[in-house]
Amino acid sequence: MSRPLYDRPILARHQTGLMNKFSRVASMQPQTHVDGVPVQTLIEAYGSPLFVFSEKTIVARYRELRDAFARRFSKVRVAWSYKTNYLDAICRVLHREGAWAEVVSEFEWEKARHNGVPGERIHLNGPLKTEATLRRVLPEGTLIHIDNFDELALLERLADELHLTPKVALRVNLAVESIPAWSRFGFNLESGQAMTAANRILTGKRLDLVGLHCHLGTFILDPASYREQASKLAGLANELRRAHGAIMSFLDIGGGFASRSKLKAQYLPGEQASPSFDRYAAACAEGMAALDYPAGSEPTIVLESGRALVDDSGTLLSTVIANKRMPDGQRGLVVDAGVNVLFTSFWYDHDVVPAQPFGGISEPTVMYGPLCMNIDVVRDTIQFPPMRAGDQVVFRNVGAYNVTQWMQFITYRPAVVIIGADGRHGIIRKREQLETLLASEEVPSWL
Amino acid sequence: MSAPLTVAVTGLNATDNPGPGVGVIRSLRHCRDDVRVVGLAYDALEPGVYADGLVSDVFLIPYPSQGIDPLRDRLSYIRERTGFDVIIPTLDAELPGFVELAPELAAQGVGTLLPTREQLDLRCKAKLAALGDKGLPVPASRVLTDVTQLYAIHEVIPFPIVVKGPYYGARVAHTLEEAVAAFYKMVGEWGYPVIVQQFVAGQELCVCAVGDGEGGLVGAVQMRKTVITDKGKGWAGVAIRDPGLSQLTATFMSATRWRGPCELEVIRDADGGYHVLEVNPRFPAWCFLSAGAGMNLPYAVAELAAGRELSPLHDYRVGTMFVRIALDQISDMDAFSRMSTAGEVVRSHGVAR
Amino acid sequence: MQRLRDLAISDTGFVFDPFSGATYTVNGTAQCLLDGLKRGLDRDGLVALLRERFECSDEDLPRDIDDLVQSLRMFGLVPGGFEVGR
Repeated sequence: MSRPLYDRPILARHQTGLMNKFSRVASMQPQTHVDGVPVQTLIEAYGSPLFVFSEKTIVARYRELRDAFARRFSKVRVAWSYKTNYLDAICRVLHREGAWAEVVSEFEWEKARHNGVPGERIHLNGPLKTEATLRRVLPEGTLIHIDNFDELALLERLADELHLTPKVALRVNLAVESIPAWSRFGFNLESGQAMTAANRILTGKRLDLVGLHCHLGTFILDPASYREQASKLAGLANELRRAHGAIMSFLDIGGGFASRSKLKAQYLPGEQASPSFDRYAAACAEGMAALDYPAGSEPTIVLESGRALVDDSGTLLSTVIANKRMPDGQRGLVVDAGVNVLFTSFWYDHDVVPAQPFGGISEPTVMYGPLCMNIDVVRDTIQFPPMRAGDQVVFRNVGAYNVTQWMQFITYRPAVVIIGADGRHGIIRKREQLETLLASEEVPSWL
Repeated sequence: MSAPLTVAVTGLNATDNPGPGVGVIRSLRHCRDDVRVVGLAYDALEPGVYADGLVSDVFLIPYPSQGIDPLRDRLSYIRERTGFDVIIPTLDAELPGFVELAPELAAQGVGTLLPTREQLDLRCKAKLAALGDKGLPVPASRVLTDVTQLYAIHEVIPFPIVVKGPYYGARVAHTLEEAVAAFYKMVGEWGYPVIVQQFVAGQELCVCAVGDGEGGLVGAVQMRKTVITDKGKGWAGVAIRDPGLSQLTATFMSATRWRGPCELEVIRDADGGYHVLEVNPRFPAWCFLSAGAGMNLPYAVAELAAGRELSPLHDYRVGTMFVRIALDQISDMDAFSRMSTAGEVVRSHGVAR
Repeated sequence: MQRLRDLAISDTGFVFDPFSGATYTVNGTAQCLLDGLKRGLDRDGLVALLRERFECSDEDLPRDIDDLVQSLRMFGLVPGGFEVGR
C-alpha cells in the first residue's frame, strides 16, 4: 500500500464564526493559466511579479458596455479614461474598438495624441488645465470640460486671442442620495452655480457650450444613483433649452461603474454586489426620459469608463518568498508583489488564488508584500491553503489603476504583458532596471 | 397524498437573535409526516444542528461573502447526498446568491419561491423610501455613507432616530453621540451604507405573508409582539386581525408583485396611522405561529416551490399565542466533531426516495 | 506533556482538549507528529516517523516540526519553554 503524500502539518483551532470549511477555499480552484497561457510560461519568459492583461476580456467588456447603452440610446460614445491605465497597448485596444479619450492632464493628452486619437476626439477634464496646455490643445479642437470660473475666464480670453470658439462642456456636481457628493469638481447644481456658469457661456458667445457632464464618484454599486443623476442632468439641459434655446450635443454621465472587485467595507463579493452594465444603462435611460428635446436632436450619451472596462482584464502573478508563523497564530505569507505594485489593495480585498494545484488544510493567512515597511499588506486575513516558497499566486481583477498608481520604491516595477485574442503574448511595458532609473538622474560635476 | 417532500432550509442559528430556520422547519413538520428536512448551516455551532428531532441531516454551506461558485458546488454535493426537492433560504444576506442560482436550481429540478433581484433591491433598507412612492406609508429616512452626514441629520429627521445596518442591526439613538457610536457599530459589522430612520412610537405589529409573484396574496398572518427582548425581537406574540394591516399587506403585494415569503414590520401609532419600518424578504423567526394558528405558510411555500398544487389554506385563529422558551439541548462531542471535520451530520440513511 | 497525552484525537482529525474545552482540526502529518511527541520522540525520531508514514520529497521537515511546536506552545498544549529534543 502506498503512503499518503506529505503536506505541511497544521493544527487549526476552532473559532466560532470561522468554522466553515466550505468557504471559498473549498471550491478555490488554482488558476494555472491566463487566457490559455500557463502561468509558469509567463513567469519564465517575463519574470515575477508580472501584470498580465487579456485583450479578449477588454474587448468583451467594452462591447458589453457599448451595447448595453446602444440598446437604449440612439447615440453613445465611450471615452476611455486614460488615468485608469494609460499603457499604449491597452489604450489602442480600446481606440480600435471606437473609444474616444478622456484625459485629465497635458501628459495624458499627449499620450492620446501619440496613440493616434485626433484632438477633437479628446475630452479634457479635471482641475489641471494650465494656460500653456489650453493654448496647445484648443487649436486641435479638444473638448474642454470647464471646472471653475477662473478656468472659464481664461478660456474666454484665449478664445479672443486665438480667434477660436472652443467647444466646451460644463462639469457639474450634484447631490444624489446615498453617495457622498464629489463637490470639489465642477459647478454645483443645487446652489445655482452651474446655471450661472451656463448663462455666462451662452450669453458671452465666445465659447460654444456643447455638453453637460457629471461624474458621481467611484465604485457606485447602486444603479439607481445614475437614474437620479441622469434625471438631474436632463433637468439642467431642459432649463438651458427653455432659457436660451440651447441644445447640447452630448450629455456625459461620467464613470464610476463597479468592477468585480470587492471593496474592503463591502459584505457581498463583487459578482453578487456589482450590477451589470445593463442595469446601469437601464437606470440611466429611466432618468434621461426626463429630457425634453425636439425629435432628431437627441444628444450623444458619453461614458467615461475606466475601472469597469479594464479591471477584470488584468491579473497580477506573484511568487511566494516565504512562510512565517505569526505570534497570533496566523500564517504569514510573503509574496514578491506588495503595495508598491498593487496599490489598490489599500481599498480592495483582491481575489487571490494559488497558481498551482494544492492540498491540505487552509489557515487564516496574512499576505505581505516584499517591502521593508509595516504597511505592506496586500491581503489581510484570508483563508488560504498551504504554499511553498517559489509557488505562485494569481491576483485577479487588478487591471485598473495599478499600472498607473504604482510606485517605484525599494525595487523595480515589474513587466506588463498582454495576451492577444489569438493567444499570442507580448510585452507592453518592460521590467525596470538600473538603467531605466539612471536615465533620468544626473550627478552635478562637483560630486 | 402526494410523494414525500425533501426540503432544505437555512438559518439554523436559533440564538437569542434567532434565524428563522427552526421556525420554518417546525412548521414544515407540523401535522405532517411526509416531509424530510435537510438543514443548511454556516457554522458548526448553530443550535439547530443539534435539534435531531427536527433536522435529519445537516450540511455546512459557504458564507454568502464567499460568492456564488462555492455555494453552487456545495449545493450540488448536498443534492446528490439528500435529493432535496426544494430550498427555503431564510437569511437576508444569502438571498442575492440564492436568487441568482434559482434558474440553475430549477433546471436541476430544485424548486424555490423567491423574489426577483429587482424586488429584493426595492425593499432593501436603503431603499425603503421607494416603497413610499408606491403608496406605502414609510417613515422619513436617509442613507448615509459618511459619519459627518449625521451632524446635520436633525434638520431632516429629529432625534430620536433609528440607526440601521444595510442587512441587520438597528439601534435607537437619542443624541448625536449615540448616533455616531451606532453608526460605527453598524459599519464595523455590516459595512456601508448606514440607514437613519425617523423613530416612530406605537404598537409593533408584524405580518408574515407569502406573495404569488403576480400581485396576489397566497396567505398572511398578523401578529402583535407582546414580549420584546433587549434586541427588539419578539419573544412572545399573539395573532391578531387588523383590517388596516390587511389592506396594507394587499397594497404591498400588488405594488411589488412580490414572490415568496416576506415579513412586514409595521408600527401603528396612537392616531391609528401605519408606518412600514421594514420589509424582510424571507420568513420571520416567529413563522411557526402561522402553522400553530392554522395557516401553515412555510408548508404552502414548500408546495408552491415544488410546483405542487396548494393544499387549501384555512384562515388562522386570531388569539393564538406564541411564547418562546430557551432550552438547553444535550449533545455529545460526536455531532460537533462531524460538523467541524466533515461539515455534515447525516442521521437519516442517505436519500429517502 | 500531560496536556498532549490527554488530547482526544479522532480518526477524522478532530481534536478535543478536555483541560480547556478547546477543539482543533489536524491534518495527517500533524496527527502523526502529535503521536510522536506524546511518545517523547526527539527531532530525528519525529523526522524518521514522518518519512516512514508519508511520501516525502525534498521537504524541510525540521522547519515544519518547529512550526507545529510553535502552534502547540501558542495554544498552551505544551509548556512555554518547550523545545523538541535534539
